[in-house]
Amino acid sequence: MGTRARQVGVDGETLVASYLQDQGAEIIARNWRIKEGEIDIVARLQRTLLFVEVKSRSSSAFGHPLEAIDKAKAHRLQRLALAWIALHDQWGADYRIDAAAVNFQNGLKPTIDYRCGVL
Amino acid sequence: MALAKVRSIALEGLRGEIVDIEVDISDGLPGYILLGLPDSALLESKERVRSALQNSGATWPNKRVTVSLSPAWLHKGGSGFDLPIAVALLVAQGVLPEESANRMIIMGELSLDGSVRPVRGVLPSLISALNQGFEEAIVPLGNLVESTSLNSLKTIPVSHLREVIAFLVNGEVPDVQLPLIETKEAVLPDLSEVVGQAAAKFALELTAIGGHHILLIGPPGTGKTMLAERLPSILPSLSNEEALEVAAIHSVAGIFDPRTLRNGTPPYLAPHHTTTATAMVGGGSQVIKPGACSIAHGGVLFIDEAPECASGVLDSLRQPLESGSVSISRARGTVTYPANFLLVLAANPCPCGGFNGRGRACTCSSLQIRRYMQKLSGPLLDRIDIKSIVEAPSRAEMASTEEGESSKEVRRRVLLAREMARERFKFESWSLNSKIPANQLRHRYKANRQGMSFLHAELDHERLSARGFHKVLRLAWSVADRNGVHVPGLSEVETAYRLREGVTIQ
Repeated sequence: MGTRARQVGVDGETLVASYLQDQGAEIIARNWRIKEGEIDIVARLQRTLLFVEVKSRSSSAFGHPLEAIDKAKAHRLQRLALAWIALHDQWGADYRIDAAAVNFQNGLKPTIDYRCGVL
Repeated sequence: MALAKVRSIALEGLRGEIVDIEVDISDGLPGYILLGLPDSALLESKERVRSALQNSGATWPNKRVTVSLSPAWLHKGGSGFDLPIAVALLVAQGVLPEESANRMIIMGELSLDGSVRPVRGVLPSLISALNQGFEEAIVPLGNLVESTSLNSLKTIPVSHLREVIAFLVNGEVPDVQLPLIETKEAVLPDLSEVVGQAAAKFALELTAIGGHHILLIGPPGTGKTMLAERLPSILPSLSNEEALEVAAIHSVAGIFDPRTLRNGTPPYLAPHHTTTATAMVGGGSQVIKPGACSIAHGGVLFIDEAPECASGVLDSLRQPLESGSVSISRARGTVTYPANFLLVLAANPCPCGGFNGRGRACTCSSLQIRRYMQKLSGPLLDRIDIKSIVEAPSRAEMASTEEGESSKEVRRRVLLAREMARERFKFESWSLNSKIPANQLRHRYKANRQGMSFLHAELDHERLSARGFHKVLRLAWSVADRNGVHVPGLSEVETAYRLREGVTIQ
């Protein structure tokens, strides 16, 4: 991944994190990483844990960003969420897996397409 | 609005089932789920619909799209659902008003650039739509000729998705040029072109009068095929309802010809003797398509070199010969197609073709000859009323410059004879002599006293079976109708008797 692409990704995650805070959520972790992979954002909204996958794009030439989440990726997100719950001893907590697409078009205000409970 | 419903039709045989196409667009990862037992062509619709929408200036929703085709238990296939799915997606996105799309039947395949392509089976689908109270349908322009044959249904022919959108948004009916319909009458081959063959022509005329199946036996090159090809030219035209049914079958088979509807010419089909049983009766695992015997419905099915057919192929015709329809069962269900045809079989007298009792030498052994004819099974031959020997025309016949009787003249006699039969059977459930039930032949529809006593004598001498008895009587009625006699007498019965046995008459 080039530096520019990585920067786009980090910017996107930051945007989504502040969007979540605006909605009243508390950010618990950013880029929580274990061997199997990474959860971009872990947050808590009231009593529900949110595991958020953020996809950022600086052009729409490659289709909708969320189309990049295929079956394998979806399964991995599911496993990662359960791993986080296990490692933090949060068994029984309500949780939800969300996905957010951030679109940075040149010179335009970035837009967030936030989808709840995608899995 | 994120939920939409439009209507299309799924065909099972000729019967159309209204299919509700529901589309739900919800949040979630972009994806496309198609429910309702789709086949692979239908599963591929996603890619066609997506490209077609984008290339028509509409948008593809990058959301979770669920498409449900109900009734859910019905297997659905083919590409005809592309257009209704696209329309439903546009309604769900609020691009099209729901009320206009809801009250009509929509069908059509989409190509990637958004143009609408023709599909199979439009005519039977629209007939079903009409029967179920629909008044409007959007059909591909390529199927316009089929759809305009139904006057009471308003059809909107479209050639592009953009036209569908324009029509549903502001009722703009696309400006179409009627496709050029072949107006030239198909010229049927004429009976006068066959030299000589008075006996075979007589047999053919009786075939046309009474709907009797016929077996033509003769050496190669004597005109068996020529005779069979000319049978449609002496048959009565199909009635409007019959023509519509025939055209509907042809529409499903993908061989719709507008002339069938306009002229009512009975179809003629001559499958090769290597044809498989599936091709003969119909079949297929995805869409159960009509076979040769259904395509020949209402007309003539001619099988040349019948003894060369693979075993089982000819016998597969027994059910349709018996019931006038054919039911084909596959894993996904049973489909019934009409299959009421006149069967014309042709055979050589022996494998080498030379065995005719006079002239040319035959090189076959008697065992070979017997084996050859045995390939026509007993049960099948039972359903054949006329066996006609076609002999090589004589020198005098070949030299004659006199034109034989034309199809037009023969057909006139056939029509008169059929009129007599119709009058006689006015209160019965059948209208053809070949369909008189056996018990009726012994009571209501007997020959006169001399005729009956001739048949009883033949029975006594065991030269005639009970089945043969009935068949001779049926044929005798056709001979009587041809000659304008009200009840078959000795002469009609004798003629019928000889025709059944394959004895040449002159």
